[in-house]
Amino acid sequence: MLTLPQESVCSPSAAQPLDVPMLRPPEAASPRACAEPPAARRRPLLARCFRIASARRGGGSAAAFRSAVLGVCRGFILLYKLFAAIMRLVILEDYDQASEWAAKYICNRIIQFKPTQGRYFTLGLPTGSTPLGCYKKLIEYHKNGDLSFKYVKTFNMDEYVGLPRNHPESYHSYMWNNFFKHIDIDPNNAHILDGNAPDLQVECDAFEKKIEEAGGIDLFVGGIGPDGHIAFNEPGSSLSSRTRLKTLAMDTILANAKYFDGDLSKVPTMALTVGVGTVMDAREVMILITGAHKAFALYKAIEEGVNHMWTVSAFQQHPRTIFVCDEDATLELRVKTVKYFKGEH
Amino acid sequence: MPSNKSVSDAPIAQFTNCRLLRGRRLQREDLWVREGKILNPEKLFFDEKGSADVQLDCKGCILAPGFIDVQINGGFGVDFSLATDDFRSGIDLVAQKILSHGVTSFCPTLVTSPPSVYHQILPQISVRNGGAHGAGILGAHLEGPFISKEKKGAHPEHCIRTFEENGFQDLLATYGSLDCIRIVTLAPEIKRSSEVIQELTKRGICVSLGHSVANLSQAEEAVQHGATFITHLFNAMLPFHHRDPGIVGLLTSDKIPAGRRVFYGMISDGIHTNPAALRIAHRAHPKGMVLVTDAIAGMGLAPGRHTLGQQVVEIDGLNTYIAGTKTLSGSVATMDTCVRHFLEATGCSVETALEAASLHPAQLLGIEDRKGTLNYDSDAGTVMGMVGRRVSACWSKVGSAINAGCICCFTGGSREPHSAQDLLWIFALVIFFRWVLVMLHELFGEAPTSQMSMEQSKDGSTLQSCPVSGVGRNSSAWRQP
Repeated sequence: MLTLPQESVCSPSAAQPLDVPMLRPPEAASPRACAEPPAARRRPLLARCFRIASARRGGGSAAAFRSAVLGVCRGFILLYKLFAAIMRLVILEDYDQASEWAAKYICNRIIQFKPTQGRYFTLGLPTGSTPLGCYKKLIEYHKNGDLSFKYVKTFNMDEYVGLPRNHPESYHSYMWNNFFKHIDIDPNNAHILDGNAPDLQVECDAFEKKIEEAGGIDLFVGGIGPDGHIAFNEPGSSLSSRTRLKTLAMDTILANAKYFDGDLSKVPTMALTVGVGTVMDAREVMILITGAHKAFALYKAIEEGVNHMWTVSAFQQHPRTIFVCDEDATLELRVKTVKYFKGEH
Repeated sequence: MPSNKSVSDAPIAQFTNCRLLRGRRLQREDLWVREGKILNPEKLFFDEKGSADVQLDCKGCILAPGFIDVQINGGFGVDFSLATDDFRSGIDLVAQKILSHGVTSFCPTLVTSPPSVYHQILPQISVRNGGAHGAGILGAHLEGPFISKEKKGAHPEHCIRTFEENGFQDLLATYGSLDCIRIVTLAPEIKRSSEVIQELTKRGICVSLGHSVANLSQAEEAVQHGATFITHLFNAMLPFHHRDPGIVGLLTSDKIPAGRRVFYGMISDGIHTNPAALRIAHRAHPKGMVLVTDAIAGMGLAPGRHTLGQQVVEIDGLNTYIAGTKTLSGSVATMDTCVRHFLEATGCSVETALEAASLHPAQLLGIEDRKGTLNYDSDAGTVMGMVGRRVSACWSKVGSAINAGCICCFTGGSREPHSAQDLLWIFALVIFFRWVLVMLHELFGEAPTSQMSMEQSKDGSTLQSCPVSGVGRNSSAWRQP
């Protein structure tokens, strides 16, 4: 069965967290922690505080009162962490571990949401080489029976313009071969932009409308380009942009050439993409960054200011963002940043 | 999940947990079928927003295109060269029974017969698609009567004819109608064969060379005029000679027109051709190999006497002879036996063996866009194979339920790696047998015996060479003091 993912909490000096499944460290997690409803395991804050306090009653009423107050404070800190803005940088050892962490996180989110008919979990999905490991893990969880995509709606970030839908490099083919064909998602709930639509702007507006009708996106998973772009929002894109047609930057075309037999002329130069603003509207954002070639982009995204030349930096202003990366991707970060987020100082 | 009914109401079946023969290799993919056609699931997902109505777990089986048998004279007591009142029900019976051998399309073959037989039988053969009721009929294969008397084999001599006088008109007069004829076997050394071959090819009929004493140049001329097939290679033709390879030389001939390929049928039952000859032909021209059964009415029946055309034959196991002689006359091997024997004899891959029985016959007849492959939009005649298991014909019932004409059969060896359990067994057996050897050595192996070879070494001591494998010459247990 799944266990909760290893994670580093923002503040390394956090006190022992209360009994909330999502944030419990994996060593202390029971095997079915993620599947059981949280309510069954949560005890009233005050009652627990007084229980702790009563255990210390022997030390004097002042001590008991102090520990009760501390307990209440811890509770409020935790509630704050749950519902207030959080930026997390989760650093795993290698690509496989990062993929597994991300997949478990998505899996937990879906299971705890308890999607049903009429109440779908909306997921934003990326393409490219980075999320492949994550998709494989999700498929594995589905095949094991732990996860169902029956009541999940997905919205892909982008699609090339002018590439036939059944072209092996189109993002429709990518999503079909790497994800959709292995899971039980309803075809009506899998939305991908159509790069061959007669009117591309109408297609983009319709996509935005579909997201709105689905009730917004609960969790948007994305990757990052070597030039710091999110989806195809190339350097210089407006940080409030919506779904639209974009011309690809040379960096992106060069990076994609390897999928087109190294022939630059075969790489599409335009694409439909969700805007930075569209992703910012999601309730939660998770960015996967693995590999040394993304290290500089991660540095620019986290340690420098919000800048439209590195569009991922916009997520510094998102209330709930998680950056999942491996050791190689942190090569350009300051040692103290890495230590802080690993909880090592 | 119910499928979208906007395109078609027909149920969609998804075969999961299987290995498909597609793109010349076995791939781990699912097979999607609707109304007897193979679907493109990506198109179904994105365009139609459809999904499977029925999911069938194939438990790791190989799913291959249905076999196509282009030379089958009958079976289960039915003889296609015998004009009977219930000929149609006979052909339906054979069509239904050969499904369990993996054959989903076939060409009923008629041996050399009098014109009256052709006039009676040919109108009763109609080209039709296969399904759960039986294999599809692609058209008749007429093996004769325009063949050589010297290489008649089991064909009756008095029915052999020639078209030297009137050429194509003689052929038309003999056969009557050409409507449902798919393949004609003739001997190219007969005068005016070139024009006959051209006329037949013009009408889309495949011309095959067989039962002939033609030399290589006559055979090449026939190919240049349109012949594309060789009927049961090595049998009923001149043997290979290094200065005149005869028809066999077509396999490596350089006079074949560009863009054309010569196919050759082989009966790989282990009797009609020696496995070495099978290997020679396969290695010389692997892409032309077409496996045929040349099965006679006795196929599927108990040993004994049966009719073949105008003659009586005797069946003894897998051997069939003309009654009272030692002349081979057709075979009683089934197509899956032929595929398995071909696989074992040549050591080729499973994909190659399956293609020799499905893709190559489809290419010979020019129908590879519809049959012989598991490509999208082709007909869904499918063979499902288990490694080393016996045939079970239960699939046809499922096939009828899902309207897709799939059948269950065997195919040959799997190349999947051994499971951990298998490896444990193998390891245990190795240890056991090694223990047995050691025990035997302790019991019997101390003193030298005269059977073992002795060698004198330089210092006078002798070493024995041990016939038992695994025990080295330098083992001290074997050294003589």
